Amino acid sequence: MLAKTLSISLFGLVGRLIEVETDISSNLPSFVLVGLPDASVNEAAARVRAAATNSKLTIPARRITVNLSPASVPKQGSSYDLAIAVSVLAAAGHFPGASLERVVYFGELGLDGAIKPVLGVLAAVVAAKRLGVPRIVVPLANLQEASVVKGIEVLGYDHLSQVAFELGAAVPIVPMKTQPVSAIIESQPTGCFSEVVGQEEAVFGMKLAAIGGHHLMMTGPPGAGKTMLASRLPGILPELNEEQAIDVGSIHSLAKQSQFQYSTSPPFQAPHHTATLASMVGGGSQQPRPGLISRAHLGVLFLDEAPEFQLAVLESLRQPLESGQITISRASGQATFPAQFQLVMAANPCPCGHSSGSGKNCSCSASSRSRYLSKLSGPLSDRVDIRLQLNPVNASLINRTSNFEAESSEQIREQVVMARVNSSSRLADTPWKLNSQVAGSYLRRELRLSNSVTKHLDAALDRRLVSMRGYDRCLRLAWSMADLAGRTLPNSEDLAVATFYRGVAL
Amino acid sequence: MAKAPNRKHVLGLYGERVAGNYLQSIGYEILERNWRCSIGEIDLIARDQSRYVFVEVKTRNGKGFGHPFEAITEIKLGRLRRLVGEWCRTRQLSGIDVRIDAVSVLVEHGKVQLEHLKQVF
Repeated sequence: MLAKTLSISLFGLVGRLIEVETDISSNLPSFVLVGLPDASVNEAAARVRAAATNSKLTIPARRITVNLSPASVPKQGSSYDLAIAVSVLAAAGHFPGASLERVVYFGELGLDGAIKPVLGVLAAVVAAKRLGVPRIVVPLANLQEASVVKGIEVLGYDHLSQVAFELGAAVPIVPMKTQPVSAIIESQPTGCFSEVVGQEEAVFGMKLAAIGGHHLMMTGPPGAGKTMLASRLPGILPELNEEQAIDVGSIHSLAKQSQFQYSTSPPFQAPHHTATLASMVGGGSQQPRPGLISRAHLGVLFLDEAPEFQLAVLESLRQPLESGQITISRASGQATFPAQFQLVMAANPCPCGHSSGSGKNCSCSASSRSRYLSKLSGPLSDRVDIRLQLNPVNASLINRTSNFEAESSEQIREQVVMARVNSSSRLADTPWKLNSQVAGSYLRRELRLSNSVTKHLDAALDRRLVSMRGYDRCLRLAWSMADLAGRTLPNSEDLAVATFYRGVAL
Repeated sequence: MAKAPNRKHVLGLYGERVAGNYLQSIGYEILERNWRCSIGEIDLIARDQSRYVFVEVKTRNGKGFGHPFEAITEIKLGRLRRLVGEWCRTRQLSGIDVRIDAVSVLVEHGKVQLEHLKQVF
């Protein structure tokens, strides 16, 4: 009596098909699980036996051997329960086993036979589809999350008896009261840019950042609106397409969160400055879990009070900023998570926050002032394209804005989408999608601007006012300016605005 | 208190008789019943052609405490193995083929159900 079915082992986002085979032999009763199960998988034996008995499905009093193959891959977690139960029941003759061999079962069992939700369902469904499996069975509570993937049949059940009945076992169905979790969020309500008083310069900078995916840094006194502006950035980014939303959802499905949400809005992560290195880049002793930078993939990572973060945490951002991914190495293997986030940092100009402008109210010493922002200098702030100086809002601005209609997030997003159409058509034949990603050599050769346009920037380079890297960043920003205006080439004015936002004094 | 073990003992004896009859019906020759020594007891010793078969019989009245086979633990099997050696020594038999079998007798709703597992280790 032999039966086989499939499950998925996840390591990071990489899924692997695991064959779950059961043999029932004429020997004294025992339940042996082989194929490198860890403690949590080994406990499946107890859960499967109880779940079957409580679903009125008898398991013979014989030796049951379950093998998880390939036996050399370490297995962990409770998501193998369902596959083990199904293959044991098929081996026990409750239903024919032939139809199981191309179906993936993924879920945890309760002692009463309930199928409970598990982590990583979306990632597992994506993996199963890529591995060419036509059908996957998941916990009913995870069904909505799993159904966003097209091109694979997804079934959801909440009790073992239902699975057995569908496969042809003669058992009464145990009704459950599971409510499928509503995992699909239409769009998260974020604040609107029309609520921002003044700060037109900063709002325009935000618009540029959204168009080209440029990293952004804001300095300004407390209360100038740094956090307000940053939290409104996701609202002007284009919606994710289906493929991107599934990528983001897969990462979130692996993160240990209470509730999974699938959304086409770009994610927004705003960790507190006490965030640890592991929470930021991801980690975990056995199964690597994605960190905040991966959960901000294709969205925004906002570091408020950036100089207050631990230095190691800030430095850890450098490599993912460059490569768009993070590799987590553990003894059991390496997992790579995507981490293409847009970095937004905010900082006070000094520890007390009042040194901007006249700096009259600042109580900081000169040395503490210079030490404060120097924490961000070097490689990290060099990767920031847009540097905004925010000034305190004064009363005349409030009076002026009362009869001046500021642009809403909706209007800005339309402009961003239009501009991105321009840039993506220009970059169609390149590996890049956004202006901020384009390599410097490509900017200076294929997209070379005429000398009359770049002459001021060239002069700044000669006078060492701007580094080579800074020069390229100005060019990228100028292209975003041109895309916004609908010009095919940036003019000298675009470049001037770009150098202003990059913070280069010409 | 005195009655319960007695009833249990009677049930065990009944089960061993049923198991013995069954083994005879499939052509085994019963050599010993309830062979005892200082380590313990072997329920049945039989011969299946040239092979000596040592049988542990478990009898249960209903499945309330699990299937009879589930009561045959690793510890019991280990003791049975030592008993086999002990029996061979007293009979001065060496170089013989031996096998350990398990027979369960389940008495439930007035019906007797018998299961026989060969070579259980």
